[in-house]
Amino acid sequence: MSTRDRELRFTHRHLLGIEGLYPFELTDILDRAEAYAALNRQRAAVPAKLEGRTVINLFFENSTRTRTSFERAAKRLGADVINMTVATSSIKKGETLIDTAVTLNAMHPDVLVVRHGDSGAVELLAQKVNCAVLNAGDGTHEHPTQALLDALTIRRRKGKFTGLTVAICGDVLHSRVARSNIHLLNAMGARVRLVAPSTLLPSTLSVLGAEIFHDMREGLKDVDVVMMLRLQKERMEGAYVPSQREYFHFYGLDYDKLSYAKDDALIMHPGPMNRGVEIDSDVADDIERSAIQEQVEMGVAARMACLEVVTANLDQWRKENGL
Amino acid sequence: MSKPTSGRIAYVNARLLDPATNLDVMGGLLTEGEVITDFGEGYAKADGQYGDADIVDCQGACLTPGLVDIRVQLREPGEEHKGTLKSAGEAATSSGVTSMVCLPNTQPVTDDMSVVEFVARRARLLGLTKVYPYGAITKGLQGTDMAEMGMLSESGAVAFTDGVRAVASAKVMRKALAYAKNHDLLLVQHPEEPSLAEGGHMNAGALAARMGLSGIPKVAETIMVARDVRLAEDTGGRLHFAHISTAESIDIIRRAKERGVRVTCDTAPPYFSLNELAVGEYRTFAKLSPPLRDEEDRRAIIEGLKDGTIDIIASDHAPEDEDSKRLPFAQAAFGGVGLETLLAITLELYHNKHMSLLDCLRTVTCNPADIIGLSAGRLAVGAAADLCIFDPDRGWKIDADQLASKSKNSPFDGRLAQGRCLRTVIDGRTVFTLEQ
Repeated sequence: MSTRDRELRFTHRHLLGIEGLYPFELTDILDRAEAYAALNRQRAAVPAKLEGRTVINLFFENSTRTRTSFERAAKRLGADVINMTVATSSIKKGETLIDTAVTLNAMHPDVLVVRHGDSGAVELLAQKVNCAVLNAGDGTHEHPTQALLDALTIRRRKGKFTGLTVAICGDVLHSRVARSNIHLLNAMGARVRLVAPSTLLPSTLSVLGAEIFHDMREGLKDVDVVMMLRLQKERMEGAYVPSQREYFHFYGLDYDKLSYAKDDALIMHPGPMNRGVEIDSDVADDIERSAIQEQVEMGVAARMACLEVVTANLDQWRKENGL
Repeated sequence: MSKPTSGRIAYVNARLLDPATNLDVMGGLLTEGEVITDFGEGYAKADGQYGDADIVDCQGACLTPGLVDIRVQLREPGEEHKGTLKSAGEAATSSGVTSMVCLPNTQPVTDDMSVVEFVARRARLLGLTKVYPYGAITKGLQGTDMAEMGMLSESGAVAFTDGVRAVASAKVMRKALAYAKNHDLLLVQHPEEPSLAEGGHMNAGALAARMGLSGIPKVAETIMVARDVRLAEDTGGRLHFAHISTAESIDIIRRAKERGVRVTCDTAPPYFSLNELAVGEYRTFAKLSPPLRDEEDRRAIIEGLKDGTIDIIASDHAPEDEDSKRLPFAQAAFGGVGLETLLAITLELYHNKHMSLLDCLRTVTCNPADIIGLSAGRLAVGAAADLCIFDPDRGWKIDADQLASKSKNSPFDGRLAQGRCLRTVIDGRTVFTLEQ
């Protein structure tokens, strides 16, 4: 491996977030993911790069979609997968996060895929283990693999990032998806707009590097991509938004509001959708413009790429540390 | 004696007063149908310049834009035995009030589009004073979950308030201000910290001690004014304080305005014309919310009106029936009717030489219209012909039994007043004339 070659790769043992990653690192993962996407679509065999490896899906929050996507990705690469949903087990018995990490570390896994309800928890865990850690979502901080699969979807549809304007709409305040996406899109040269009522979008969020809009029609004007976020039910009964119907009236994506975006604007949603709350069913199911199904498909490919790179980097790290 | 609305009517020999443009001349005004078509200096007599128009000779009386009262409790729907849209409309027109904004504390509460539409439709059918509803800030006025302010606004709510209840939680108020800012809506706060006001019946102080009544401290008001000024500043939201009653609140608001915070406030006639002594002898008609304060506060309110810190005088009309008022002081309801006396008591500021006639009228015409966002409160060609013709010097005795309001709980019963509405015109139609 030449020096130059090495510089243009993603070389970290963990993938904890998008913030701070260089465009070439992101491109490295996206290129690999693109290749996996093609193989997956052909139902072709993929090189068993994780054969003999152990991947533990450690979920402190309930999740079906993301966990299944990671499981599929790891198995496709030949890994042994263990699923642990801790929300219902040892935490209730009083075990701390670090105790859990130390316990799992003793089982010599290669990759820990971790989701936790507290921002920063995955990074804390990563400091205590000898394997690679993939962040599958920490609190309202980051969800890097979601941003990567979103980016892959955009790149496949639009062919580029530079010059694109992407509107991220909805509950930005509580969204780790939004934060990871803002970092990624900014790094890759796209312009990011955030659209939501000010209760879900305080002006301080502009520090992330995005333009803030409280009027959806203004915010969607001439954008290339409309990325909708999920609004949790408990937040739309008066605490942040008066009601579902008021939210949909002003911020739900329907054809009227969408008409302000570019004619070929791509519609995205990280799922699961609240139809009739943040997105109209007609729009969500529009096969011409909605990329929501494709996002799920790209999820497996992007996670395969992530597993591949962190495992390779783990080997390098183990070698350097004599482990 | 209402005239047909199709034709032209000339109001001549009038002292035209338009606070919005500082107009103060002897002249006349012409209406055609529902709107003002001409007005100006010089038409002192019915000299034929208005052609075939019907002539109303004002005999030198003042002609101003109809009054805009931003704080009225209707009691309809839900408590019609205390007050109705009709009784409030009649009370309002007798004082030259042509637009009023009503609080959402009806039953059901105005936290739903259907109530906004009900009130608007009922008021239109009555053809008396125009009624604009406030929407609720929180569902059921419970102070916890935001009401559908955006959709209520689209259906006709002009601003938002929880009425006679404060939004007590700072967290809820902060979110509501932020949310309201989105739609550029005004929030109106009843500034009284409930945990401090709870159990109190009058102003805390020496008189309360002597009377053996538990008091509501001034700080109950100032603490919330100070808090909400900070929240408005932090969120950039637009905030209005209702019925300011203490000197310190005025200081806080004055300083906030100097800093450019988007905050305004009003007071009600009792707070610059009465002090806590009015509740002596346990007079429950003077039991108001906020309570009447001491003389120092009363004087500070007048200063606040003079320097413009207080933008608006609103009647704070709160009808309560005998069953709610003829009770031991501690058990009696808060509130007083105020529509009929709004003009006369406001004019006391002019007669006592605190303010000019135009400045006085500004607080009940263009200022409230501008803050709430109504196209009312000014004389302008093409504007609705909503007019108040009054004699600033006419003396009369306020007699609660003679009030048009269904409830008679006026804190001003028996007071000698100077200045009276002679005629009220709404959309070109005369809806009230004083019986001579």
